[in-house]
Amino acid sequence: MADRHKEGSKSKYTADRKMPGSFEGETVNRRRFMSAAVHSSGGIAAMAFTLPALGFALGPIFSRVPFSWQVIGPTSDFSETGYSTKVLKIVQGIGEAGNSIAYVRKRNPQIDTEPADQYNQYVALSSRCMHLGCPVRYVSAADRFICPCHGGVYDFRGLVAAGPPVRPLDRFYTRVNKTSGLVEIGPRYSVNSELHRFSPRDPGQPLDGVGQYLYPKRFDTSLLPNS
Amino acid sequence: MPKLPAPPLPKVLQPKPKRPGQNGNGNGNGKLSPAEQAAEAGITVVDWIDERTSLSGGIRWLLFRKVPRGINWFYTLGSATMFAFLNQAVTGVFLAMFYRPDATGGAYESVRYITDEAFLGQLVRAMHKWGASVMIILIFLHMARVFFFGAYKYPRELTWIIGVVLLILTLAMGFTGYLLPFDQQSYWATIVGVNINGTGPFIGPYLSDFLRAGPEFGATTLSRFYAIHMMLIPGLIAALIGAHLYLITKLGISAPPWIKAEEEPELREAQV
Repeated sequence: MADRHKEGSKSKYTADRKMPGSFEGETVNRRRFMSAAVHSSGGIAAMAFTLPALGFALGPIFSRVPFSWQVIGPTSDFSETGYSTKVLKIVQGIGEAGNSIAYVRKRNPQIDTEPADQYNQYVALSSRCMHLGCPVRYVSAADRFICPCHGGVYDFRGLVAAGPPVRPLDRFYTRVNKTSGLVEIGPRYSVNSELHRFSPRDPGQPLDGVGQYLYPKRFDTSLLPNS
Repeated sequence: MPKLPAPPLPKVLQPKPKRPGQNGNGNGNGKLSPAEQAAEAGITVVDWIDERTSLSGGIRWLLFRKVPRGINWFYTLGSATMFAFLNQAVTGVFLAMFYRPDATGGAYESVRYITDEAFLGQLVRAMHKWGASVMIILIFLHMARVFFFGAYKYPRELTWIIGVVLLILTLAMGFTGYLLPFDQQSYWATIVGVNINGTGPFIGPYLSDFLRAGPEFGATTLSRFYAIHMMLIPGLIAALIGAHLYLITKLGISAPPWIKAEEEPELREAQV
């Protein structure tokens, strides 16, 4: 043991370290080879169950969830002046916990200043509060959306009017099915305060300014229809 | 230190003096009474185990330690926290026998069954539910004791760090356990809690996806929370409590800050 502290103990040659049975020019003796083999096979054995288990737990982050278009009613259900409440199925197979609510109205070019395309002829706002995800309620007497949890308030277009929410209410793509003539609702998207579209973000994640870089796109959300 | 005399035993516990004419073993004919035989058997079993494990030395090392002067009831808060954890572990194991992590309604129904119908179910569930709050309160009281007594200082920093990790794990237990009854309150509290996790920059969005097992609260979110609550974190907490106790035993308990160190006689002379 005393040899370890000598100058030669840093050498890679076993002879310099005065190991028993060493010879000139040898760097890997039987003992070093065996201990390296045992350590690496132990490491491989541990990895063999750790890495698949870790991948299994982290997998949902990377697997894209498909979306489908859901029929929410005929065009006559929706007006420009008030919202209709529609129940969506956003997760299959878990009963009522997989439902969500969208508030839907017809696009009104007088107030909806964002550019029109085939996916926003009907404006569908998610009921998910953009503070921390509680369900907002549309109060028609005030033309406001109000969140019961922490007092978030949104105006008629879903823009933040008061309280802690960090961005306007999320929206859903909508379209009118050309064959059936019914209004259909598609995947969710998020908007910043100028109603520019972003891939869906969780509540509490601002998208103005540096926010869109602090809270990057996720891997498991559905692609936008036109991207 | 002079050895103090042992307090006298109550009369019923004092060994009876031998009757005249009897030898060493109770009834005079050299045979052991059944009670003495049972005691002998117990001693034999303990000796058999101890000869092969040397456990008695470890138990003596753990339990028969010298403690400083001036320790008081505040020093029991750590043990109290540990017993709160043991309460959670035991009641949790038995709740798991009835609980079903089924998001379509089975989870709520199984909790309703535990509360309303299972024998003592209401008691065991209440012990787990209220014990959780008690454990959090005790942890913070214990932490306050260690902080205000300065017991985190050298050489006990690592004990403090492990304690902080235990605190975080216990809060994670509270977060994951809150979802399991799967009523409106626990569902929305979990939505809010996951979204708070999501507000961390850069990794937040992926952290909340990990917690939910996807972009939305889904079919496997509940079973994921259940597995974390029941298997992952309890194992970590038990292991870290072991490390915490090892360090406490190894390093000894710190004296209260108002106790002055006893000066060595030669030092005292040198000062004078």
